[in-house]
Amino acid sequence: MMDKFVYADNAATTSVSPLVLEAMMPFFNEMYGNPSSLYSIGREASEAISKAREKIAALLGCKAREIYFTASGSEADNWAIKGAAHANIKKGKHIITTNFEHHAVSNTMKSLEKEGYEVTYLKVSSEGLLSSADVEAAIRNDTILICAMYANNEIGTILPIKEIAAAAKKHGVICFTDAVQAVGSIPINIADLGVDMLAFSGHKIHAPKGIGALYIKSGTRVQNLIDGGGQESGRRGGTENTAYIVGLAKALELAAERLPDMERIKNLRNRLIEGIKKIPYATINGSLDKRLPGNVNVTFDYIEGESLLLWLDMNGICASTGSACSSSSLEPSHVILALGVDSEKAHGSIRFTLGHDNTEADVDYILEKLGPIVEKLRAMSPLYERIM
Amino acid sequence: MVYTKQVMEHFTNPQNVGEIEDADGIGEVGNAKCGDIMKMYLKIENNIITDIKFKTFGCGAAIATSSVATEMIKGRTIDEALKLTNKEVIDELGGLPPAKIHCSVLAEEAVKSAIADYYRRNGIESDLLIGCDGCCEGCDHNDKELHRPL
Repeated sequence: MMDKFVYADNAATTSVSPLVLEAMMPFFNEMYGNPSSLYSIGREASEAISKAREKIAALLGCKAREIYFTASGSEADNWAIKGAAHANIKKGKHIITTNFEHHAVSNTMKSLEKEGYEVTYLKVSSEGLLSSADVEAAIRNDTILICAMYANNEIGTILPIKEIAAAAKKHGVICFTDAVQAVGSIPINIADLGVDMLAFSGHKIHAPKGIGALYIKSGTRVQNLIDGGGQESGRRGGTENTAYIVGLAKALELAAERLPDMERIKNLRNRLIEGIKKIPYATINGSLDKRLPGNVNVTFDYIEGESLLLWLDMNGICASTGSACSSSSLEPSHVILALGVDSEKAHGSIRFTLGHDNTEADVDYILEKLGPIVEKLRAMSPLYERIM
Repeated sequence: MVYTKQVMEHFTNPQNVGEIEDADGIGEVGNAKCGDIMKMYLKIENNIITDIKFKTFGCGAAIATSSVATEMIKGRTIDEALKLTNKEVIDELGGLPPAKIHCSVLAEEAVKSAIADYYRRNGIESDLLIGCDGCCEGCDHNDKELHRPL
């Protein structure tokens, strides 16, 4: 086995915190009752869910009854977008979004387009940013929903959601933000933010995979996505996943407590960026200013991302790529392309996302391995040969 | 997506990487837009491929298929090399993930393209095509430049 292991893919998922796991454990085999049941182990589960909901609401600055649990961030995205589109169809069929959303949003939009909705995809800048003025200018009389991600999953750039929400409110349009990457990384207060809906996920903040939540502001017209037995105030069917809901609340609590650690993570990120800049023909993608503290996204010219990832993996380093070759499609990352980067260069993009568990030694280890790997792959690249 | 042991072996320890300065035939296929370019260099004496080198820009499978294809035709006659199919390349590697099949096609075509270049340099008539056959949907393979017959 390899002697060193550096996990630098925290935007993909995170490890489950031991404290989160500990909080969840009793709900698997002690208080395993159905929260809808009247007997004690059902009531205990139901109470645990209420407490979790209240805790999350207090941490995010909203009312407990405005938090709805889902099975994933993707489900929350689907619910918010399809639910708002279907509930407001009499007002119009126009939706505004950006061209660098997560697939849980962009493919939901495609699905609505097939139903006859019209979607405007606002282009982000070469820095991966968008102004609220651009959003406001796209609003029409028949616009029913504005949907912009809080922070991008690939390049970590942060959009001005508060200003976008204000523009939406001015025109009476529902504003939804996919905050899956932002929650836990930057301070968020929904009351201050002013959005009507906000989605987030557990496994990005050291809770398990399989739990997410959607904030829906009271009075927002949104249809159900999953009908069922009256759970979640009759708005999301399915027996509540008590243990995971408890885990999500605990993870969010820990994330809030550990928010000051983001300054350290940001310094680690900057150290990594400075080191990467010493490698020739490397470009950092996205704004360095308006960016999540842990995200580094870099394009190495003349090499392809998957080969780089495989070599990093063999050295015990986990990262991810926007190259087509790592996915089932043959298109490179739509996010990197949205920045105006050539598709041939987009194949060479790599993402490192640092988190609470990373150390300075991790960053130095990545830098120690990265340069020689890039050099090795360039030495066998016919593209590099052309410029030599 | 999981690569076989053979793919990883050829990826981490690729055979015949490099260039041949006085090559008798050079073939380049693929497109940077789709993320794969293979370039092969042949040294040919008495109809036998005495030396072969490659350079590849691409994913793990692209590098592994280049490596294994060069191994499979080194020391063979031109006629034998022309019979190399992508299926044989895949078999030699113990299989490829479905999304990576096009890499084996590129490897086969890189070999053919280098031989086509050898024929062209020596005034030998042939109907060999240069370039890929459009299997990869990621880019514009209707590019006539890539498909011109010799």
